[in-house]
Amino acid sequence: MNTLTETWDWLTDPAHWSGADGIWQRLLQHLVLTVVCLIVSCLIALPVAVILGHLGKGGVLAVNISNVGRAVPTFAVLVLLLLTPIGGWGEGPTVVALVLFAVPPLLTNAYVGMREVDRSTVQAARGMGMTGRQVMFHVELPLSSPMILNGMRIAAVQLVATATIAALAGGGGLGRIITAGFNLASTPQVVAGAVLVAVFALIVEGLFEVAEGLAPAWVRGTP
Amino acid sequence: MTAPPDDCLARNEWICGDYLSTRREILLDAVVQHLQLTSVSVLIGLALALPLAVLARRWGWAAGPVLAVTTILYTIPSLAMFSLLLPLYGLSATLVIAGLVLYSLTLLVRNILAGLRAVPEETRQAARGMGYGPIRILLAVELPLALPAAMAGLRIAMVSAVSLVTVGAIVGFGGLGNLIYSGMNTYFKAQVLTASVLCVVIAVAADLLLLGVQRLITPWTRART
Repeated sequence: MNTLTETWDWLTDPAHWSGADGIWQRLLQHLVLTVVCLIVSCLIALPVAVILGHLGKGGVLAVNISNVGRAVPTFAVLVLLLLTPIGGWGEGPTVVALVLFAVPPLLTNAYVGMREVDRSTVQAARGMGMTGRQVMFHVELPLSSPMILNGMRIAAVQLVATATIAALAGGGGLGRIITAGFNLASTPQVVAGAVLVAVFALIVEGLFEVAEGLAPAWVRGTP
Repeated sequence: MTAPPDDCLARNEWICGDYLSTRREILLDAVVQHLQLTSVSVLIGLALALPLAVLARRWGWAAGPVLAVTTILYTIPSLAMFSLLLPLYGLSATLVIAGLVLYSLTLLVRNILAGLRAVPEETRQAARGMGYGPIRILLAVELPLALPAAMAGLRIAMVSAVSLVTVGAIVGFGGLGNLIYSGMNTYFKAQVLTASVLCVVIAVAADLLLLGVQRLITPWTRART
């Protein structure tokens, strides 16, 4: 119980919120990293997955890549990148690692979503004289959007987690509050940092829950 | 005065045979710790997940809360999870195990529950018609039929646990993660690369081992394909 009150005291101390190492600054870093890397990962993964899914090629790669992503430890990749020349570019290793771990779930989900579109629907669209491009954009893409959104949710949660671990390898973000707490042997600070990270991750998950709730209506609205 | 040795350790190369031969014991200790942490936590996770999934299947109202709680647990990043458990367990191996149990719990409960739910109602009714009681239906019909889904969950949980153990380096119990962490602080490239590769090798080996076990205990799935 003592730790709880000390954690609360740490969190409510205004001095811990401001400044270059303050909570606001770390929160902003974490948010920017997550959002920027999610956009970059989507730009890389979604076109590839959608086109492969439309053509029905490269399925083995697209489905297995997320298993590979799971087997490779995030921490190991971060440290390996840190020791390569990329390590000199400030947040470089963090950004590369974040993108590397966000791409597999996006790729797998988007590909599976595209392939799971009812074949008879696709054939009907073809029968109506739609070109391949029209089938892809007006039939397959809208119908697979719930799966694509699910992939984005998994990727976002993965990004928040990876950005936290990045602190172990010297990156910025909320994880720094935790690692600084370990270095100071300050359990209240460690727990406070962990609570902030956990709440951040849950808010991200919650936002996607809301977005997924809205998505089917939008999908139905598309002709 | 002797000249400084000119081997791959001195040149700090990524791939270094001398590292393997001179640090064999350190590597072996780290691998053993890694395997212990992983297997203990996944086994405890399995022991907890099985009854939870069976209860959630039997009482439908319990399924929602059980799945919600495990989803929330899974969303919490690993570093934060280990840190949140710090006041409870201190800097110990138990802390890492507790964190990993919570993660594997999520994956296992979801998969076992999905497996149990996928048992066809006709199969259940046929068993009931043959005079099977509820416990016998569970043990002799439902659980065996849920095995493929459960094993799929176990494989994912095992592979994830192998990779997550490395984060335990923050409290000094990370198996190969400890070597990666100390290698990072001393810019020891051979150590970081060797430990990382070993992590992946362990994950792949564990996955293949479980795949073999799955084929052995569910011979009927092979006959169908």
